[in-house]
Amino acid sequence: MSINATLLIQIIAFVLLVWFVNKVLWGPLSKLMEERQKKIADGLSAAEKGKHELELAEQKAKEVLKDAKAQAQNILSQAEKRGSEIVEDAKVKANEEADRIKAAAQAEIAQEVSRAREDLRKEVASLVVTGAEKILKKEVDAAVHNDMLDTLVKSI
Amino acid sequence: MGTVEYIQHHLTNNTIGEGFWTFNMDTIVISFLLGALIVLTAARMGKSLQAGTPGGFQNFVESILDFVSTNVRDAFPGHNPLIAPLALTIFIWVWLMNFMDLIPVDLVPYLYQLITGDHHAYLKIVPTTDLNTTLAMAFAVFALIIYYNIKIKGLGGFIKMFLFHPFGKFFVPVNVVMTLIEEVSKPLSLALRLFGNMFAGELVFLLIALIGGTLAVGAAALFWAPLQVLLDLGWLIFHLLVITLQAFIFMVLTIVYLGMAHDEGH
Repeated sequence: MSINATLLIQIIAFVLLVWFVNKVLWGPLSKLMEERQKKIADGLSAAEKGKHELELAEQKAKEVLKDAKAQAQNILSQAEKRGSEIVEDAKVKANEEADRIKAAAQAEIAQEVSRAREDLRKEVASLVVTGAEKILKKEVDAAVHNDMLDTLVKSI
Repeated sequence: MGTVEYIQHHLTNNTIGEGFWTFNMDTIVISFLLGALIVLTAARMGKSLQAGTPGGFQNFVESILDFVSTNVRDAFPGHNPLIAPLALTIFIWVWLMNFMDLIPVDLVPYLYQLITGDHHAYLKIVPTTDLNTTLAMAFAVFALIIYYNIKIKGLGGFIKMFLFHPFGKFFVPVNVVMTLIEEVSKPLSLALRLFGNMFAGELVFLLIALIGGTLAVGAAALFWAPLQVLLDLGWLIFHLLVITLQAFIFMVLTIVYLGMAHDEGH
């Protein structure tokens, strides 16, 4: 149990063992563990980043969707407005056309009436002349009596 | 063989040489073998290190490494690449040497006596029950303490620590004595604590072994032999804690002492 030269041997053994342990056990293994730790930390931060990016993308998608909806609404309301405009236009045009056709028909009718009246007057005049000729049994000079006949015709 | 001779026989080293130049061959060979076991196991594991998915044994070693480096981080200020491997070596080596205590006390000596044919051959298989081993580690740590004290504080700072610590400049002689005691007590307490615990543990194992050896005669063996088994098991389980605790204490105190040596404010 006494102190002896074993002490020196054990000191040398201890120092050598520390050196060996550092070389074959601590060195490689702690390096490995450090690298793994770094890898895990990197992975975690990448995942965090990915999550953040996903959030941003989702937000952006929402905005785009909102924009698209608003645009669609806009287009729809414009189309409605345009449609009603077209209908309104068509109505106005149809009315105008109808008025025009009515006016033309009325003018034609008026023309027809006046023409018929003219024809009738002429017929009456010739009838009157013929009648008068028969009554007088003599020829009536149409040229001489034209003025009188005109007055007669007009009075019909 | 009487009780006293039995115990004395078990606590005597197998030696070569005389006087100071005596070599405790059992201590040296067994501690070397355990050291070689650490290095060879580490080297063998080093060939198949898995970075991504460590297997069973690597996982186990990694958890020890993690444990040691956590302790170093907690107790050691600053950074020194020597401290962690030093602490790891102390923890594993001391634990393995302590573990020899748990091998049945008569088994290895008996086998050794069978092999050599000498029925009185001495063999003490727990290197940490030899003061030479514990002192050797403590002195190595002490040398590091002094080295880092001088390296960090400078030679002047180191001498100043002796002169003006802990009572200031008016008690220089007292300070020198106090600091000297403080410094010398570090390696001594390290070595003696481990030695004392392991020696006492071994002694208790020997006493328990004696129950069966001396009292179990004839029918009494029916009572004493089970008692011995029970006591041995109980002490073994308790001692498993003790050897781990002692290895841990040696490691932590080494870290703390070296941390104090690195502390410039002292």
